[in-house]
Amino acid sequence: MKTLLDIENLQTLLHTGDAPVRAVDGLTLKISEGETFALLGESGCGKSMTALSIMRLLPDAGEIVAGRIRIDGTDVLQLPETEMRKIRGKRISMIFQEPMLSLNPVMTIAEQIDEVLKQHLNLPRQAAQLRIQELLEQVGIPDAPRRMHEYPFQFSGGMKQRAMIAMALAGEPELLIADEPTTALDVTIQAQVLDLMRQIQQRKNMAILLITHDLGVVAEMAQRVAVMYAGEIVELATRDDFFNQPAHPYSQQLFASLPGKQKRDQALAVINGNVPPLSQQFAGCRFVDRCNQALALCHDTIPQWHPVSGQHQVRCHLYDKDSMHVSSNPMTDSPTRNVVNIAQTAHASTASLLLQVTGLKVHFPIRKGLFKRVTGHVKAVDGVSLKIAAGKTLALVGESGCGKTTIGKSILQLIQPTAGSVRFKDQELVALGRSQLRQIRSQFQIIFQDPYSSLNPRMRIIEILQEGMNALHIEKINHTDANNQSSNPSREKEIDALLQRVGLPADVKWRFPHEFSGGQRQRIAIARALAVNPKLLICDEPTSALDVSVQAQILNLLKSLQNNLGLAFLFITHNIAVVEYLADEVAVMYLGRIVEHGHIDEVIGCPKHPYTQALLSSVPQIQSDPDRQIIHLKGDLPSPAAPPAGCHFHPRCPKAMPICRESYPSVSAFSTTHTAHCFLYPQEQGSENYEH
Amino acid sequence: MPFSPIILWTDALIYLFVVIVLSFIGYVRHHEHLLTPWKRVGHSASGMSALTILIFFLTVGLLDTVHFRPVLDHKTNDGEKIYSVEVLSLLDIVVTPLRTHVEKTYSAPLASHLYAKETIELPDGKQVRAFARLEYGGAHLQNPETEHIGDIIWRGTTGLAYGLLVWGILVACLCMLLARRNQQSFQHTLSAIWRRTTEIPWYAILITLLILLMLIGCVSTLATHYHVLGTDKVGQDILYQSLKSIRVALVIGTLTTLIMLPFALLLGIMAGYFSGWIDDVIQYIYTTLNSIPSVLLIAAAVLMIQVYIETHPEIFETIASRADLRLLFLCIILGITSWTGLCRLLRGETMKLRELEYIQAAHAFGVSHWRIISRHILPNVMHIVLIATVMDFSGLVLAEAVLSYVGVGVDPSTISFGTMINAARLEMAREPMVWWALMAAFGFMFTLVLSANLFADAVQNALDPRTRILKQRNSFFHRPAKQETIPLNKTPETTTPSGPSQHP
Repeated sequence: MKTLLDIENLQTLLHTGDAPVRAVDGLTLKISEGETFALLGESGCGKSMTALSIMRLLPDAGEIVAGRIRIDGTDVLQLPETEMRKIRGKRISMIFQEPMLSLNPVMTIAEQIDEVLKQHLNLPRQAAQLRIQELLEQVGIPDAPRRMHEYPFQFSGGMKQRAMIAMALAGEPELLIADEPTTALDVTIQAQVLDLMRQIQQRKNMAILLITHDLGVVAEMAQRVAVMYAGEIVELATRDDFFNQPAHPYSQQLFASLPGKQKRDQALAVINGNVPPLSQQFAGCRFVDRCNQALALCHDTIPQWHPVSGQHQVRCHLYDKDSMHVSSNPMTDSPTRNVVNIAQTAHASTASLLLQVTGLKVHFPIRKGLFKRVTGHVKAVDGVSLKIAAGKTLALVGESGCGKTTIGKSILQLIQPTAGSVRFKDQELVALGRSQLRQIRSQFQIIFQDPYSSLNPRMRIIEILQEGMNALHIEKINHTDANNQSSNPSREKEIDALLQRVGLPADVKWRFPHEFSGGQRQRIAIARALAVNPKLLICDEPTSALDVSVQAQILNLLKSLQNNLGLAFLFITHNIAVVEYLADEVAVMYLGRIVEHGHIDEVIGCPKHPYTQALLSSVPQIQSDPDRQIIHLKGDLPSPAAPPAGCHFHPRCPKAMPICRESYPSVSAFSTTHTAHCFLYPQEQGSENYEH
Repeated sequence: MPFSPIILWTDALIYLFVVIVLSFIGYVRHHEHLLTPWKRVGHSASGMSALTILIFFLTVGLLDTVHFRPVLDHKTNDGEKIYSVEVLSLLDIVVTPLRTHVEKTYSAPLASHLYAKETIELPDGKQVRAFARLEYGGAHLQNPETEHIGDIIWRGTTGLAYGLLVWGILVACLCMLLARRNQQSFQHTLSAIWRRTTEIPWYAILITLLILLMLIGCVSTLATHYHVLGTDKVGQDILYQSLKSIRVALVIGTLTTLIMLPFALLLGIMAGYFSGWIDDVIQYIYTTLNSIPSVLLIAAAVLMIQVYIETHPEIFETIASRADLRLLFLCIILGITSWTGLCRLLRGETMKLRELEYIQAAHAFGVSHWRIISRHILPNVMHIVLIATVMDFSGLVLAEAVLSYVGVGVDPSTISFGTMINAARLEMAREPMVWWALMAAFGFMFTLVLSANLFADAVQNALDPRTRILKQRNSFFHRPAKQETIPLNKTPETTTPSGPSQHP
């Protein structure tokens, strides 16, 4: 096949701080026509900088210092800016991660697509309108003639990404660069968008450079894979080669750190440390400090490309045929990862009930007009009941906007519930006063999603950790005098112990949060919650902002804390793999209500509710499974302000029946633990009925 | 006692302000983690240069704050001393020649003759219209036409030399001090300063100081025999007026901010943090207050105070205390009308912060509202407060000028930039134009506001824990050596040429 994009020895510098950062350092790759090429790597590896270099859209601080980028023989880097504008959008198009931020909110979708058409095709007005309509229909936007004149805010997240793709396709490009195109989307929407991209590619024979950190997406989409680490490509292979036999230790360790069902009883393999700062000159292999198979040679010699088989190449000394390590096949020596066999907690059966939520409702009033009259309610949480036993993990799964986070916050009484009860160890929390609540606040704590906004940037770590202790008067006995400042030695010792428990050295307590990486910040956030000795931790997507390797560290930490301290978790997430790894029980939420609830094996192993089935099937899988069928859901999550009548899921349900439109199904039990709300199964009478 | 001390209302508030600042400095010095960011302020070349100039202004302002009434020569019949009704400040004593050398009317800077022709009676009884000699300016010259320029140059040069001498002594003292503290040789310290390798940018500070001292030396040698910046309509020295205006500008800038800050901080943060009905009430208050024309409100308040002052002459011992009360009330009323802008900004910022997860985490710990506001929200909005107050500072000094124009500003007997600019309105329309009063007011205000802005910038940069401190070699003085790696499109952080700002 003909080579479309040919990048040779690309070097991009970012001039920030003291020394220039080598964001892309000697990158060489080729993409053929009609091929999907995946660039895989952790954040900060220079993936996006590669994409921006190809488009020549680098930020002001960026500079391409060496290399050649040829598109179909034309060297992009030699072109003047006016010529470059004819290439952008016409020959190379790009779609970005955040559909919300990449559309102009004050222009209609049609106007935005028209801009591209005007620039490149010079169509007459009528023809342009027809072309826009055709493009939008192509990306599956229903009722395109009407919707093309709407503004971005009238589109949902998935629709915006479709509109973005339509815009990128408007100039009929030969190469589409997709920079994390589905990271901001939910799994069901992600499945739709990936499917759409695949279809369009087949139809147009367009090449796609897919930039992602998600191995699952790579497995579903790519034909060839390049693994990027610290500014350079370390492994290049076809998809099958890569997933069957990852060669580079980094790739191997990435696979090992993925959570999953098979790894439930063991600690995940972690890649220690972080991506090294790219402002330095590397003397040896860039991965050497984190590698579990590092040789002495790796420290001082830069590895060259070595073939593994056929098209499979790797930049690693282990594959150097000339060196003495030829004999040992690196795949066979068991990685020296620390498989800590965590004994399954046996005291599960005797565990007492810690938290019981019944009929919890959180409705936010919608106010309109001059006098702020209430004209409706956003039913964020609409009658949810769940139980958590001490030392157990309940995972709450669902798409964004279904009310997961609201449940977490209303259990903590950060949001006042509208109705229902939250009982913690036989004490009713709803309607407790601030001071009464403060007495039991130390029993339950929360960990947030974004480690960057969950720590006050103006407080030192010691102050952050002390805050909860001081507010809740933990260990008051130790110091009788009122002077309980940082000078108190026993308090300082406690903080040292806390930091050690979450795997940080004690002297970090004098530093400010901005000096830490995302994973370290999340550890600090966990330490802050642990400071008051809680029994229940509500983890609100604690790993979704982190890279896979860091995610493994945090999951290991959470698991060991649960074993050592007997913590119970309410784990709010949309990541099914994490659920399979960590949870004892799962509750699946859809639009403010729990649609299926049961033990992990029951729900994941044999999902009953059509929504659960669709959700599980949409998760991109690494192991290719010929029997696997993706159940595509139509449309998006409806607004919780006006949920559909009857079963909330019926407009998207592939198995909807007439009765589904009329009333909400009551509970159907499959075992003592496994329940679902669906008319497909025999209904149980009497138990919690939702009125409509 | 040869004088009787007087403490005016604004003096008391300035003393209070100084005490607050000093105790804050003392507190910071004893807390290592608070001291570290402030030390970073000391590493910014532009900030420290600006501080050098600010210190000059503050010294003038503080000297002008120490008020007293000097004793008169004659005594009462019972032998008691009589104090003058005129209130003087230390600054007045320092610059006595400027204060007392009053000409007839306008004279240009460094002139020896009046700016306007007048009828002069010659010894022989004839009358001619000519530019009369000044009473003080260049009075020592026998033959002004020929000696004038030479005399100015000679005096100016000696002044510069004095400045250089004082500077040299200061540099030597500084080097000795640093050498003793760091246990290094004098030579070594001096070359370290010269090569700009010291932690604190002494090089930039010393250059600023050199320019400042040479200017002061030059001006002070000239000022004894000339009017360096000319005279105004009633023959008062413009330099004297400019120096006296500094205190009024500082008082209006700082006291108004002090009065405004509690309103803006408390109400703004409360509105954003509590939302609900508290937010509604506060929003209505500031929307209402904002829609009243502030000039009207200020005029009403100032006129009320004026009436009060005039109907109660018995409570004011001196004219100065009357003028001072009016200044104080002007500050208060300006403070009350100007908090709305900052309040609105803070409300918005707080609403954003309130949703952040660390505030949510604090709620989960049951931390009290007051603690959340003081520990979490206040430090994170301080950068807005700092920028807004410094920006307001110049606005307030100008507002005073506008109000003086309307006639509701400071007391006519108070010398301020406002009254000077107001007077310049007529002078600019005059033919030939009198430009020096306006230029002097402009130059002093510009330098004051610019150095305040630069210093605030440095403070803001240093106090934000997120900004990493780059070894900032001031490109105004010195090009970074690693030129070859700097691209064409430079990052914004590396370009802050600031150097010493111009002096009047």
